[in-house]
Amino acid sequence: MSAVINSETKKVLTEPLVKNNPITLQVLGICSALAVTSQMSTSLIMAIALTSVTACSSAAISAIRNHIPSSIRIIVQMTIIASLVIVVDQVLKAFVYDISKQLSVFVGLIITNCIVMGRAEAYAMKNPPMASFIDGIGNGLGYSLILVIVAFFRELLGSGKLLGVEIFSLVKDGGWYEPNGLMLLPPSAFFLIGLIIWVFRQWKPEQVEHPDFQIMDISHGEGGHH
Amino acid sequence: MEAYISLFIKAVFVENLALAFFLGMCTFLAVSKQISTAIGLGMSVLIVQLITVPVNNVIYHTLLKEDALSWMGITGVDLSFLALLSCIGMIAALVQILEMILDKFFPALFHALGVFLPLITVNCAILGGSLFMIERDYDFGQSVVYGIGSGFGWALAITVMAGVREKLKYSDIPAGLQGLGITFISAGLMSLGFMAFSGIQL
Repeated sequence: MSAVINSETKKVLTEPLVKNNPITLQVLGICSALAVTSQMSTSLIMAIALTSVTACSSAAISAIRNHIPSSIRIIVQMTIIASLVIVVDQVLKAFVYDISKQLSVFVGLIITNCIVMGRAEAYAMKNPPMASFIDGIGNGLGYSLILVIVAFFRELLGSGKLLGVEIFSLVKDGGWYEPNGLMLLPPSAFFLIGLIIWVFRQWKPEQVEHPDFQIMDISHGEGGHH
Repeated sequence: MEAYISLFIKAVFVENLALAFFLGMCTFLAVSKQISTAIGLGMSVLIVQLITVPVNNVIYHTLLKEDALSWMGITGVDLSFLALLSCIGMIAALVQILEMILDKFFPALFHALGVFLPLITVNCAILGGSLFMIERDYDFGQSVVYGIGSGFGWALAITVMAGVREKLKYSDIPAGLQGLGITFISAGLMSLGFMAFSGIQL
């Protein structure tokens, strides 16, 4: 029995990391993934905030899932999520005020983060609280993984630092590294996520999407395979 | 007047919700395969944004802000932490009402936009617009202009993106980049283009 629970738990926890990643495969929760990643510290805080909101809201929604009338379930889910986000927002303002200022509206935007709503709707409404809690953590971690990878490259290449600690010594301080200013600007986040998706799909070819049109290879006399 | 025009231009180009703040990305990527649907969604966002930002502005300034309740004789009350809950509740309710009004009085428009309206409640561009309005402390006039500008900017971005993607499906793309990957990279290039507007002063 315990082996069954463990393997199920492990599956729910690890599947969202690469195999069914919320960002690269389910296309959920991209907004904040791009906006807060110019520094490691903000993205780590954001990752923790989102993971805890997803886990707690999934558990709470799952606990009352049999009492929610289906016609108003979106409003109920949203109220639960919004209340949790207010708690997180207040905690951040109390303990890490500077980072909370940098995150500005993006903490509030966890409410409309599709990962939270998506998990509530797709998993928590059908499964018991404990499993939903773990599913929330798993999906939160999948999101955190992408966030941390993007932030790692953006902060390292953009300002030569990681978590504020200098890794590459900059030219203006007499070092050798000329920082790449583009990495601190919004477009670089799009490029990096595009490249991460490419790497993931080279590694797991079953995730590759089929094109709408295929270019015919006339010289070999065979059409594109679907 | 000049301040309003400048705010409008800034909201559309320099601080484009989709390309500079990445708001509404989920729908931006999911619904930008065809120009016609992209225009429909863009219009719905514009309309909803135009209504919700000023309404949230009024609610915030008369009920939630610190000492805002003084007109009722209550002082020293700061309810601004409830802003998140009231904004999202207001947006959900307004979208629902808008849906009913369109269904009753403008059936043609309802059929064109109907499928997108439920999507809009969870579109972060809408909530983001209201939250930016609160953070930057806009007054009522500014909030109307910001609502129109940010909605229009988002609609513009998704329409252009759909145009790019309609052409893109005929190109030969490496297998791993197919679909989502190349969409991200083209959105990045577009965002790079919009960066050129930054620094424009009117």
